[in-house]
Amino acid sequence: MLEVSGLRAGYGAVEVLRGIDLSIAAGQIVALLGSNGVGKTTFSSVVTGLMRPWGGTIRFRGEAIGGLPARATVARGLIHVPEGRHIFPNLTVRENLELGAYRRGKPNREANIERVAAVFPRLKERFAQKAGTLSGGEQQMLAIGRGMMAEPELLILDEPSIGLSPLLVEEMFALIRRLADDGLTILLVEQNVLQSMEIASHAFVMENGEIRLSGRPAELMEDPELQRSYLGLA
Amino acid sequence: MVNLDIVLPSVLNGLTTGALYALVALGLTLIYGVLHIINFAHGALLMVGLYGVYGLNAFAGVDPYVALLIVPPAMFAIGYALQRGIIGKASHGRDENILLVTLGLSIVIENLALYFFRSDTRIVDTPYSFSTVEVLGAFLPLTKVIAFAGALLTAALMWLIMTRTDLGRAIRALAKERKGAALVGIDTDHIFAMSFGLGIACLGIAACLLMPSYYVSPQVGHGFVLIAFTIVVLGGMGSFTGALIGGLIIGVVEALGGLFLGESLGQIGIFLIFILVLIFRPTGLLGHRV
Repeated sequence: MLEVSGLRAGYGAVEVLRGIDLSIAAGQIVALLGSNGVGKTTFSSVVTGLMRPWGGTIRFRGEAIGGLPARATVARGLIHVPEGRHIFPNLTVRENLELGAYRRGKPNREANIERVAAVFPRLKERFAQKAGTLSGGEQQMLAIGRGMMAEPELLILDEPSIGLSPLLVEEMFALIRRLADDGLTILLVEQNVLQSMEIASHAFVMENGEIRLSGRPAELMEDPELQRSYLGLA
Repeated sequence: MVNLDIVLPSVLNGLTTGALYALVALGLTLIYGVLHIINFAHGALLMVGLYGVYGLNAFAGVDPYVALLIVPPAMFAIGYALQRGIIGKASHGRDENILLVTLGLSIVIENLALYFFRSDTRIVDTPYSFSTVEVLGAFLPLTKVIAFAGALLTAALMWLIMTRTDLGRAIRALAKERKGAALVGIDTDHIFAMSFGLGIACLGIAACLLMPSYYVSPQVGHGFVLIAFTIVVLGGMGSFTGALIGGLIIGVVEALGGLFLGESLGQIGIFLIFILVLIFRPTGLLGHRV
């Protein structure tokens, strides 16, 4: 589905990604883990075309997409639900969803709105409400719902659990697993190592702009280094 | 002392002028709402539209109202090209640069107009220029009544575009959330240019509606933009309804000011309102963005 090799990128003179290799097979939940500031969000931004790569290749379903603008990656079904949600606060919930199908999925727009409403009944109650008036959890649901409107081939979820109460975090991870069970391929970019490991079939751990560890979650959990730096185990 | 027979026609007259002001302000507020810039070239572009209507009439015999089919689309194209080709490129994403670029554009356009047309004022003669219609017992110039209806229709049309079409939703989305807009696949440069084009097309419509009862000269835009700016502040920066209501209020205030204080002092009321709004309600009457 997605193959990234030797990807480098940064801001100004500062290199943030120093050669990332990562691949995602169809139907998987892949977790990209790491603490704040290691370059996870830069990685998703480059892959979706919000930023230009400095070097390396990005292939999506066999096609080289490195350097394409976001509207071109969206058209190919690479959908990025960004950290911080970035929903349209001045538009209604329904309008937000409608715009999710701006570039892709337009013919099935109405049916997909129903589908999103079925996944997020709470959003349906708020369809006519301005999105800016939603709670943080509802805004996160809307951001994911808006992403689903584009009929994604690959859904990149950047920090979906950030700023949510522990109960909502549980709910969010359950939802992500449900979406994957329905056949969606998901790249889960998270700081929340334990819960992400539980639902992912493969995980990459990023540190300082490089992939430090990768493998099946069960194996990674045994890694002494990971235990020390992320799980607080001695 | 206050004679209703004089006041009512004055108010109606003010409403018709105000609707045209509103149309000019609508373009200004749309561009401000989305691009977050004051378009200093607004007056100069209105002047371009007026010369377009004048030229079509003088050289091809096109009636100003028939010019509605030509001038607004042409103005849209000019606006789109200006934003995409010059303003967007030269600004490098910095608002203060955009400000200077539009100011520079207005100077260039005005001096080109001076060069080609000199500073003479020109008018368009139509068979209906002096026709009047009776409204509520007052006699109003036909051209102003048409302008009033046309301005309201345009405002309604703009409202439909903004609320009922994907283009309008994309414009409103981009106004508040550029990253989110890019991530749903909105071509942001294109939508910025569309917004600018629509704002300038409003000027094209205003030019067609205005020309039969007004004149054109290279500096004609100044007065309009000053008033339009007041309207945008009065109505709330970026607010559509605010621009419409603000325009009508300003038109009436100006007419009544002219009636009671004399023509030359008529505009005092406008700037009095401007100052009062800035002091007491700086967000404007409807202080929300598009």
